[in-house]
Amino acid sequence: MSYLQLLQLIAPETIVTVTMLVVLGADLTVLRGKSLAARFNGGALISILGCVSAALLAFTRLTNANLFKGLLVISPSSDFVKVAILALTVFTILISTSARFTDHVGEYLSLILLGTIGLMFLVSTEDLLMIFVSLEFASFSLYILTAFNKHNGKSAEAALKYFLFGGMSAAFMLFGFSLLYGIAGSTNLRDIAVAIAGKGFDPLLLIALVTTVIGFGFKIAAVPFHLWAPDAYEGAPTPSAAFIGSGSKVASFYVLAKIFTLGFVGAEGSAAYHNFLSGWTPVIAIVAALSMVLGNLTAIVQTSVKRLLAYSAIAHAGYMLLGVLTNTPSSASAMMFYVITYALTTIGAFGVVMVVEDATGGDAIVNFNGLSKRAPGLALCLMVFLLSLGGIPPLAGFIGKFFLFSAVVSAGANLGLLWLVILAIAMSAVSFYYYLRVLKAAYVEDAAADAPPIKVPLLTFLALALLALLVILLGCAPGLLTQFL
Amino acid sequence: MLAWTIYITFIGVLVLMLLPRDNARAARIVALLTAIAGCVVAFVGAIQQSNPGEVTTIVKADWIPAIGANYYLAADGISLVLVVLTGLAAVSGILFSWNIEKRTKEFFAFYLALIGGVYGVFLSFDLLLLFVFYELTIIPKYFLIARWGSTRKEYGAMKLALYSFVGSHLVLIGLIAAWVVAKGQLGHASLDLIELSKVHFSAGFQHWVFPLVFIGFAILAGMWPFHTWAPTGHVAAPTAGSMLLAGVVMKLGAYGCLRVAMVMFPEGTREWQWAIAALAVAGIVYGAGVALVQRDFKFVIGYSSVSHMGFVLLGLATLNTVGLDGAVLQMFSHGIIAGLLFGVVGRMVYDRTHTRDFNDLETMQLGKLIPFAGVTFVIAGVASMGLPGFSGFVAEFQVLMGAWAVFPKLTILSGAGILIGVAYTLRAVQKGFYSDAPPRPVDHDHPFEPITIAERFGAVMLIGASLVIGIFPGLLMNWIEPCFKSPLFARLLSGGAQ
Repeated sequence: MSYLQLLQLIAPETIVTVTMLVVLGADLTVLRGKSLAARFNGGALISILGCVSAALLAFTRLTNANLFKGLLVISPSSDFVKVAILALTVFTILISTSARFTDHVGEYLSLILLGTIGLMFLVSTEDLLMIFVSLEFASFSLYILTAFNKHNGKSAEAALKYFLFGGMSAAFMLFGFSLLYGIAGSTNLRDIAVAIAGKGFDPLLLIALVTTVIGFGFKIAAVPFHLWAPDAYEGAPTPSAAFIGSGSKVASFYVLAKIFTLGFVGAEGSAAYHNFLSGWTPVIAIVAALSMVLGNLTAIVQTSVKRLLAYSAIAHAGYMLLGVLTNTPSSASAMMFYVITYALTTIGAFGVVMVVEDATGGDAIVNFNGLSKRAPGLALCLMVFLLSLGGIPPLAGFIGKFFLFSAVVSAGANLGLLWLVILAIAMSAVSFYYYLRVLKAAYVEDAAADAPPIKVPLLTFLALALLALLVILLGCAPGLLTQFL
Repeated sequence: MLAWTIYITFIGVLVLMLLPRDNARAARIVALLTAIAGCVVAFVGAIQQSNPGEVTTIVKADWIPAIGANYYLAADGISLVLVVLTGLAAVSGILFSWNIEKRTKEFFAFYLALIGGVYGVFLSFDLLLLFVFYELTIIPKYFLIARWGSTRKEYGAMKLALYSFVGSHLVLIGLIAAWVVAKGQLGHASLDLIELSKVHFSAGFQHWVFPLVFIGFAILAGMWPFHTWAPTGHVAAPTAGSMLLAGVVMKLGAYGCLRVAMVMFPEGTREWQWAIAALAVAGIVYGAGVALVQRDFKFVIGYSSVSHMGFVLLGLATLNTVGLDGAVLQMFSHGIIAGLLFGVVGRMVYDRTHTRDFNDLETMQLGKLIPFAGVTFVIAGVASMGLPGFSGFVAEFQVLMGAWAVFPKLTILSGAGILIGVAYTLRAVQKGFYSDAPPRPVDHDHPFEPITIAERFGAVMLIGASLVIGIFPGLLMNWIEPCFKSPLFARLLSGGAQ
């Protein structure tokens, strides 16, 4: 293995890294002294070019490679997840072009790109060490992105909370990993699987399992490790929140599924009704059930739309975990479909929130009053995003739920996992209520009589319209995405 | 051909969205033309269908092969009846909402989106597609009521939306479970209703899945005790909204019960037959009884809808051809008559008097001030009571005949419902239009706006439809009867033989 070959295999990551440096440099040199808008647009243009070319490269090459005993694993499936992450980054950057909370344009954009690089490495490894390093790499960018609004105390508070919780979760995760290393003598997931196969109920393994779940539970904001999420989503600059809720989610779920399905083979146990067996699936089942119930019920009483979206994210993490715990090829692809479409929808929803927040000075539900009159296009996009999150056909969120739930039910023998799906479907009926509350403000309530029309920045609007179209398209023709998963 | 009912309607929605905001007139005309086009296509397509007893494929294309979903539109006689009903209801609803001035364009866009979804449900023979269209109708309903409604509109709208959504989620659970089991048996994933109707689900499975799916749909059909959304929703909705709710949306529920729950789970149906019949009769009697004591004119009609939909469910529960024929005919008949009643109360009366309280209406002598409304209501009222010559009679008579063979005691009870029906209708006619109460001095400076041409057209159209079917029920029976002889319903009607 020469360095040249290595460079070839990680070419997409390299391109993004170079792009990041160029953005930083350009903002310091060429764009210096220009208006904020020009700097944002210029920086965004470069970043998007870089991301798109990296995505094209990852999309077109059909490489299978496994370097350094699983430290770097490249497969068409991981490449496709990278494409999805890059696409989400592009959309995040597009909606952040109208952001005015900072004048550190270069730094902001390059931090988003840095986070992306971390996530890209995260999905292309089967080694605990590399997983940990790239996860932390991405997380640190996210911490800073959360704190980026220097004029808002809430932003700093949110970042500190996020950082402290994140650090704690990293410690848990590392502890679990160390036990796994102790059991298996290797950090490679497949070696670990071999070592723990047939061990049965082993206390050491159980601790390793639980601490790993705790670590990842924090990252994906699953109950009871979710407490940071609402504050972080609310306090963070909106594009940062969108990035936390989208790109990082996709990568985390992909790698979480990988750890459990590759590394803990043979320690599944069972979460089937009346047939519990200890292992990792019951643990995940409990976390999933708690997330669905608590996330949805708490979202009902929120008045801030960002917090509402945060709780809805917690609930959605619960649904996605169902895909992890069933552990079949069809449920894995259903879960990835769900996560990716969810991420697209979330960026869109946050994009709308950002525009409304900029125009009205807040993100409370009342700030959305009369949106259908003040910005009809924006209101329509919001309707598409929220209804998709609520699972209304023919939008992507519905078909994702259908894929996921049907895969989960098929996976358990004798419909054993149906109880989880019934819970999920019941909770998704609950979720409809709070999404409808926001839409009611936008479409039914009237704004104050003198409220002027909301000017939607062109680039942001294009991005949102494109996202809405994607959400509709993927709902009507999911085959476009499922063929790659 | 029939598929164009869906496409035309949704094209109408798009055209409306592109219209300039304040051109209410253009919006009305576009909406009316779209609805008429849809109605004409529905009629022509239905007449063209040579063999209504068979499921005739309109379009069938791969949609999501991985889960066996097809874009599969087809129609048999039952679909034809309901598609024609939808066409009529759509046109008359627009005629009765010609006076909408507030955000006209959006109103009609939501209205047509709802109609398009309804057409879609009636024509889908793929379970997922049917479900997609079914849920698609929830959102427009919500906004139509919450935005353009009256009395407690936000409460009524949210209640309706949540009831619908909960119902459809019950269906979704059953649907997924059935899909998984069917996949195990067929060896491949399928959501084709015809294929699924041949799968033999085990009795234990049907025992719990059938009530889930049936109730999921029946919530929208206004089945007692899940009917409570109906009166509040009807009252809160704008006129066209209540016309559509009673006229076609409640039929979506009943249609789903028949087309999905009963056809897929025949054994479950037989097992729960009694329960359905009992709940249906409870609805008939309860709805009528509550309608008798209402002070709000619209609540009377709202509860009467619950009562009349009880007949549909009773007909379904009979599991014999006479009763089922009657149930489908009653769907059509109630759609027309309830639409007309809501049109009179909501548009002709409420929009002019701004009250629906009988105590106020009694002093107004509406029978003299707007005689057309009075006459129309009397006609609609007697049609609703089940006077021979109108569609309601033929339909309810058949339901009762079918029911008599299976549950005589319950049938007698439901006869009581009919008697109360006569009472509440007469009460409404008397209090609403021809009261003896001392008249309040009429404000001669502001007489009521005369009944418009649009209203007259709408009323005449619906009365005509009810009369035609009342006198020549064969027109629709020729479509309905052969359906229940088709193999699709063979398992349901064969009385347990497998």
